[in-house]
Amino acid sequence: MSYIPVIGLETHLQLKTVSKIFCGCSTTFGAPPNSQVCPVCLGFPGTLPVLNRQALTFGIRVALALGCGIQPRIVFHRKNYFYPDLPKDFQISQYDLPLGTDGFVEIGKRRIRIGRAHLEEDAGKLLHSAGYSLVDFNRTGVALLEIVTEPDLTSPEEAHLYLKTLRGILEYLEVSDCDMEKGSLRCDTNISLRPAGSAADSLGTKVEIKNLNSFKAVARSLAYEIQRQAQVLDEGGKIQQETRLWDDAAGRTEPMRSKEYAHDYRYFPEPDLVPFAVSPEEVEKVRGNLPELPPQRARRLIEQYGLSEMDARTLTASKGTADYFESCMKAAPASAKTLANWIAGELSSQTNARNLESVAGLPFPPGHLVELVGLIESGKISGKMAKEIFAEALSSGQSPGSIVYSKGLSQVTDPSVLQTAAQEVLKEHPQAAADYRTGKGQALMFLVGQLMRRTQGAASPAISQEILRKLLNDKEKRG
Amino acid sequence: MAISTKEVEYLALLARIQLTPQELERFAGQMDEILAYVEKLKTARTEGVSPTSHVLELSNVFREDKVEPSLPTEKVLANAPDREGPFFKVPQIIDPAG
Repeated sequence: MSYIPVIGLETHLQLKTVSKIFCGCSTTFGAPPNSQVCPVCLGFPGTLPVLNRQALTFGIRVALALGCGIQPRIVFHRKNYFYPDLPKDFQISQYDLPLGTDGFVEIGKRRIRIGRAHLEEDAGKLLHSAGYSLVDFNRTGVALLEIVTEPDLTSPEEAHLYLKTLRGILEYLEVSDCDMEKGSLRCDTNISLRPAGSAADSLGTKVEIKNLNSFKAVARSLAYEIQRQAQVLDEGGKIQQETRLWDDAAGRTEPMRSKEYAHDYRYFPEPDLVPFAVSPEEVEKVRGNLPELPPQRARRLIEQYGLSEMDARTLTASKGTADYFESCMKAAPASAKTLANWIAGELSSQTNARNLESVAGLPFPPGHLVELVGLIESGKISGKMAKEIFAEALSSGQSPGSIVYSKGLSQVTDPSVLQTAAQEVLKEHPQAAADYRTGKGQALMFLVGQLMRRTQGAASPAISQEILRKLLNDKEKRG
Repeated sequence: MAISTKEVEYLALLARIQLTPQELERFAGQMDEILAYVEKLKTARTEGVSPTSHVLELSNVFREDKVEPSLPTEKVLANAPDREGPFFKVPQIIDPAG
């Protein structure tokens, strides 16, 4: 039978406040274990949490950028469960009065609805060993914003695209590192299948997948889970409502076998925190400070630089990449199209190969790209040479201009210089010259290759061809 | 409304406490009495009254985003039942083999 996947995503975003959400402990990443904890985040009796104002402002900023409405009154709740990464045995989170509700993220032409965005505190970190676990509470109490979609996604590819788009927006807001490796952006998924043709609201039993450490893992685990659930259903089985862990190395999900786990959180209002009223004035103030977001920026790039829709979308998907492009345009108004091609092509593939966040991370500053594109456009170097110079510049850190100068790589376009070299080539390869004259066109390409070799790649192919053809034709007439 | 011993057993599981069959019986009865007492609240008229989430007439108590000193790690671990270096040590929770 064929099924339609019904997928929802929960994304946890670490907000980059310098102190934790309810106490003054530092949030610096990578500090020695248990060195950034205090009686408040350890949940000692008699201590009181106090909300970090900046965390609330960051939260409102994200919620607004996602088109959410901000609740005029927000309340924190205790989410009760036992797990060793939670010193208080409850997590301060939000329940029925979250910070923001009813937003959306646009992916292509589709709108993925955001059900809610709420503030909560992070849990500690567990290091699992054979037979025991070690606990580091440094992360306990770090401010998180949880962003929950409605079950609007229908494929692993769509989930991947949603995450990329969401991260793009979040980067522009500058409220988080958005670094999956450091755990500042984390994601859990919910997935169920419904038979094709069934009503859109007839939801199957859903499975939650955790332990997803990259966007790729999200897509792979969903693809695996779709196959697994379809097989269970096809064999007449029932899907167990459960949490499964993704094993990236094995490429499969496994049930999280934990007798300690219960989905009964018995939420109740956190008596240690007062309610918070968010005034319309405050909301408007935060809205007024929102930066230009990817869709607006793409539109501006199209108008301002005449970029194609596709180039504009590619460049603005990551803030670093769009900033890089605009720095280039400011440095020297080169051809926007050529710059965009280079950024979306060579620079992006190097960025991916090096696992960087954006092209801005490459050891190739905007000034170098402007120089390189300038060399191409003035005809000093060919596109092929430019690629070699780019590779050289990346490894040595030298500017393209100085590489061209020091290696004498400049493309020879002056016909008088090439003339002599071309005559020598014809003298050395009389057979090829004769072949051309008897109508074998490919002999010309061989001669062009010989001329380029003689000039160590400096001769432009177009001009080489032109000169050789002229020489051969002249000789023919004379002969 | 009658609380069954099954419900008490479930609550005990969530709270990680172990109860004897006698205790299950006794607490079920006691919880019944408590719920019956709280039930009286339902007779109060609450139309137009927003739910209370806090007993104090306070709102918007903030702290500024400033780092303050944390506890020294030795103090953090002082009452730990078990430790390994700077970490708390706890029994294994997830079976990594699945």
